[in-house]
Amino acid sequence: MSAPPTAVLAQDALAQSIQGTIDVPPIQYAALSPIIIVFGVALAAVLIDAFASARTRRLLQPPLAAVGFAVAFVAVVLLHGRRQILAAGAVAIDSPTLFLEGAILLFAFLAVLLVAERRLDSSGGAIVASAAVTPGSPGATAARTSAAVQTEVYALMAFSVAGMLLFVSANTLLVMFVALEILSLPLYLLAGLARRRRLLSQEAAMKYFLLGAFSSAFFIYGLAFLYGYAGSVDLGRIADAAGTATANDTYLYLGMALLGIGLFFKIGAVPFHSWTPDVYQGSPTPITAFMAAGTKVAAFGALLRVFYVAFGGLRWDWRPTVWTIAIMTMVVGAVLALTQRDIKRMLAYSAIAHAGFLLTGLAAANSDGLRGSLFYLVAYGFTTIAAFGLITMVRTADGEASDLSQWQGLGRRSPVLAGIFAFLLLALAGIPLTSGFTGKFAVFQAAVAGNATPLVVVALVTSAIAAFFYVRVIVLMFFQEPVMDGPIVVTRPTLTYAAVGIGAIMTLLLGVAPQPLLDLAGTAATSGFVR
Amino acid sequence: MNPANYLILSALLFTIGAVGVLLRRNAIVVFMCVELMLNAANLTLVTFSRINGTLDGQIIAFFVMVVAAAEVVIGLAVILTIFRTRRSASVDDVNLLKY
Repeated sequence: MSAPPTAVLAQDALAQSIQGTIDVPPIQYAALSPIIIVFGVALAAVLIDAFASARTRRLLQPPLAAVGFAVAFVAVVLLHGRRQILAAGAVAIDSPTLFLEGAILLFAFLAVLLVAERRLDSSGGAIVASAAVTPGSPGATAARTSAAVQTEVYALMAFSVAGMLLFVSANTLLVMFVALEILSLPLYLLAGLARRRRLLSQEAAMKYFLLGAFSSAFFIYGLAFLYGYAGSVDLGRIADAAGTATANDTYLYLGMALLGIGLFFKIGAVPFHSWTPDVYQGSPTPITAFMAAGTKVAAFGALLRVFYVAFGGLRWDWRPTVWTIAIMTMVVGAVLALTQRDIKRMLAYSAIAHAGFLLTGLAAANSDGLRGSLFYLVAYGFTTIAAFGLITMVRTADGEASDLSQWQGLGRRSPVLAGIFAFLLLALAGIPLTSGFTGKFAVFQAAVAGNATPLVVVALVTSAIAAFFYVRVIVLMFFQEPVMDGPIVVTRPTLTYAAVGIGAIMTLLLGVAPQPLLDLAGTAATSGFVR
Repeated sequence: MNPANYLILSALLFTIGAVGVLLRRNAIVVFMCVELMLNAANLTLVTFSRINGTLDGQIIAFFVMVVAAAEVVIGLAVILTIFRTRRSASVDDVNLLKY
């Protein structure tokens, strides 16, 4: 007889594939160890929260998180020089990725020190005793003065850090999307955990959540179009498809734009920045420090990977847009920071301006730009963690002295603290002998080499504007009379001292002797992202 | 039926969702509009899966559903705590943080 009908053939094939073995892709556990360690810490923290007594939790959770991040950092160091694609194409390990992962883990370690501080508030810690208690209810006062702490904060932080590590190393857009959610969802909750000013904190959580979910919807819609264009969500495959001009370009550009919106939202670039000031101001300050340093590194790392790997061949198409966004981000961040009366909000607008400076490195679209961006991220992270850590130490009876007028004359009363803060502000402004100067120099130099000179001119002008509001705070602290019943600087918060000290020393070191880190970033940038 | 029609439908749904997020006042409704956007993306993924003849898109749609479910857990918790404080879920009422 002739051949059997096709339906029967198809059924046979299906039966074979069901009975046949499925090849399990090899998983290189050693190369994935930083991510696995942090996920392990997160799960252990959840179990401790579920089963240990309140006292044990308070004692056990901070060291567990700190040690976990430190061990994961060691694992990153041991992996240096690795360059491969892991887990069936899902995750990539290369020098820029390891550089970013190391930075995220360092910042997470410092942030844990700030979160674990219990000597700042008379009742202990910046984190609320019970987030579920309604503000204004009879239980709220008890919750504010209670020595208890919502220790879930450490588990949430560990999950968030794991998400950040996965976000910078994702080699497919699907893994990137999942990692984006793993890093964001805990942050939405963390934003709402402040011990004081509960209403502001809850409001920050809600705004962050609604806008964050909105932006991830754009990300996934962009992912869908890129899948439609390339037939795959693998970054390398998208780049290959973009190299051949056969497919429908509309899908490619739509996908690129929508994906870009999702990523630009996370780094806080204008016009997707509106959440940044509110969330930075309302969140507990240690969490703000964690977000400002960690999330920025993670989101920028993912942005760099997407634009260098997947859209590397299309740089002539995306450069004008990145230029526009960089200019808007720098100008809006610097100008709106001028008008702020709240110190956390001012630093939030400064974070927006810094996102703009970082985008200058992306707009350069060369390996020097990548080097500059990597260095800048580390330099900015240390400075910003130290600055927010320092803010937690200046307090009035009802919490942190966040209003700028309360900082008046602080330099006369606590010269050391005000001196360090002035130094950090100068670093954010980019004055020589601080890491801020080196970072800006590296990024701007690359941008000039990459024919983005107009962008550098705008960046320099906005740097000058930004310097004005940093210096204004310094003048306020040192050259004005102290206010009556001004804020008190808390004495001997050891952990905060440690975090601020490390941040400030690194800011100085990277300004005076930046070469080792510049070389490290340079090596990472030259070897580039693996495909 | 031409699969491109489903792309148009999903673009419409996505736009309705996005406009809803920007215009609606109730936080729960805003959140439902975000879910509509995610589901529009799912429809796009499944359509492209059909057009490309690969299964990846359908599998990604499952991932999106799981993520959306996790988002509901977090989101409703956040909105509920705000509602218990203010007796209102309107996004216009949460206005302590501004300028």
